[in-house]
Amino acid sequence: MRALVWHGKEDIRCDTVTDPEIEQPRDAIVKVTSCAICGSDLHLFHNFIPAMLPGDVMGHEMMGEVVEVGPEAKGKLKKGDRVVVPFTIICGECDQCKRGNFSVCQRSNRKKDLADKVFGHATAGLFGYTHLTGGYPGGQAEYLRVPFADATHIKVPDGIPDEKVLFLGDIFPTGWQAAVQCDIQPTDTVAIWGCGPVGQMAIRSAMLLGAKQVIAIDHLPERLEMAEAGGAITINFDEESVVERLNELTGGEGPEKCIDAIGMEAHVSPSMPDTVYDRAKQMLGAESDRPHVLREMIYVCRPAGVISIPGVYGGLVDKIPMGQLMNKGLTIRTGQTHVNRWTDDLLRRIEEGQIDPSFVITHTVSLEDGPEMYKVFRDKQDSCIKVVLKP
Amino acid sequence: MAYYISNIARSKGDPKVIHSGPSSLGAADRMAKALGWFSIGLGIAELVAPERFTRALGMEGKEGLVRAYGVRELGHGIVSLSPDKHLGLWSRVAGDGLDIATLMTAMRHDNPKRDNVGIALAAVLGVTLLDIIGAQGVTARHSRPRGQPRSYRDRTGFPQGVQAARGAAKDFQVPPDMRAAPALAAVSDRAPQERARPH
Repeated sequence: MRALVWHGKEDIRCDTVTDPEIEQPRDAIVKVTSCAICGSDLHLFHNFIPAMLPGDVMGHEMMGEVVEVGPEAKGKLKKGDRVVVPFTIICGECDQCKRGNFSVCQRSNRKKDLADKVFGHATAGLFGYTHLTGGYPGGQAEYLRVPFADATHIKVPDGIPDEKVLFLGDIFPTGWQAAVQCDIQPTDTVAIWGCGPVGQMAIRSAMLLGAKQVIAIDHLPERLEMAEAGGAITINFDEESVVERLNELTGGEGPEKCIDAIGMEAHVSPSMPDTVYDRAKQMLGAESDRPHVLREMIYVCRPAGVISIPGVYGGLVDKIPMGQLMNKGLTIRTGQTHVNRWTDDLLRRIEEGQIDPSFVITHTVSLEDGPEMYKVFRDKQDSCIKVVLKP
Repeated sequence: MAYYISNIARSKGDPKVIHSGPSSLGAADRMAKALGWFSIGLGIAELVAPERFTRALGMEGKEGLVRAYGVRELGHGIVSLSPDKHLGLWSRVAGDGLDIATLMTAMRHDNPKRDNVGIALAAVLGVTLLDIIGAQGVTARHSRPRGQPRSYRDRTGFPQGVQAARGAAKDFQVPPDMRAAPALAAVSDRAPQERARPH
C-alpha cells in the first residue's frame, strides 16, 4: 500500500509499504477513505518531538471502512462498518478509561517502559506520533491497523460526507475539550491564541457553549477572517498589542478563560523578543518548546481565571512566570484529548446541523501530494489552513 | 536506508518500507542541508586545529580569530539545518563576506603563502556563489507569496448561522472534573450549587 512515511527532519515521502496485518484479537484493519494533516504533525515534521524513527507512518486523523476484524473485536465491529478512528488508542477497560480519561489509557501504549521513563507514567498509545506513545503506524495511508479496535472507533452513519465527520477523530473534540475544560459561563470572555484548525474548532466550541465574547488571536489574514466568520472578535498581533487589546475588550479586567491553541512552536518575531530567545535556545537544544503564548496568557488572564492548553508541548520550557501564575490563582487545564468522551455528543450536534466542521478544509489532495502539502501547510502558503488527503 | 535498521523497533504486522517515493525536501532544502553540515564540519576544524589554517595561510598569531570564526560557522550550520534555514544560509553569505575580507588582508606581497591565500579566496568565492543560490532557493520555496489571500468570509461552520449557534449547546453539562475552581464558578448561573458552597 502507499503511505506517508517520516524519513527525517522535514523529509516526508509517499512510500510503498507492506500492508498492515491483524496482530492481536482485538485489532481491526480499516481501509482509509479520508485522512488529514494535523498541526501537531508539523512538530514531528520539524523533529521537535523526540522518538520518531525513519520508516514511521505519519497521521492520526483518519476514517474509513472496516475490512478485517480480529476475533475479539467482532462483537462491536463488522466488515463494512464506517468508522472515524480517534487519535488516542484506548482499551476501554482500565481505571483511566473507566473514568473517561482516555488519553491516559493505562494499557494501550505498547512501549510503556520507554514512556514510563520519559513521562514518569506512560500515557495512551497514539497513532503516528512517536515511539513514546507506542510507535503505532499512522493513518496517512491506504490501510490502518487499529489496536483495541472494539473500543478505539467512532461509528458514523452512511449518508454524511467524510468531510463532516472526519475531524471527530481529533481537532473537533480537541477544540471542544479545550472549551469545555474552561467551564464557560454566559458572562465569560474566552481568548483563543492561534487560528489554525484547533483554534478554529475552539472558537466554534466556545460560541456553542455560550461565551459572552470570543476573541481570536493570530496574524495571518485568512485565518483571522475565518475566525471572524465563526463569530470571534479578532486581534492581529502584527498590528496591535495583544495585552492592551484584550484589556480594552474586557474593561481592563482581562479574559476569564484563555485557550492556547498554538503549543510548542509559537511564531517568532523580533517584536516579541522572548520568541527570539526561545528559538535560539531551541536550535541549541537547550529548550524544546517556545512557550510565548503561555507567558502571555498567564500575564493577561483575569485573576482566578482558567488557562486551557490543547496546543501540544513536547518537553522543556523556560521562563514561565510562576509568580504571576501562583499569585493570580490561575487554574491550568491541559492534556491530550479524551476523544471518545465527547464524540457521541458532537456527532449528534453535526447531525442536527449545529455545526459543520468541514468549514475548515482549504485543500483536498491525493496521498501522493501529501509530502508537498506538508510544506505548503507549514509555510502557510496558498492560504492553507487544513489539508485533507484522499488515499 | 535507515528505515531498515529502525524496523527492529516495529512489530511484525506494522507496515515496512518497500519502495521510497518523492520527498517533501526540495533541491534547495537538500542544498541547505549540505551547506549546513559543511558549516558544522568547517566550524569544528577551525575550533580544533586553528593553527593548521593560520600556518597554511601565513596568518600565524591569528588562531584566536580562526577559533571565533569556527564558533560563527557552527552557528551558521545549526541555523541552516533548522526549519529557519533561509536565515542560516543568508548568515552564511554574510560570513563569506567576512572570510573574504579577512583573506584579503593576507594577500600581502611579503606573505610567502600568498598562493595558498589565492586558492582559499577562490574556494570561498565558489562557496559564496553556492550560498547565494541556496539562500535564494530556500527563500523562494518557503516564502508566503505576496498578494491577496483567499477569502474565508463565508466559512462560519454554523449551518444555521452564527446567531443561532451562540449558546446552542446550552444543553451540555460540563462534567464535574472539568468545572472551574469555585472562585470563578461561584458567580455562575450554571452552577448554583457552587454559589452555596462556603469558601
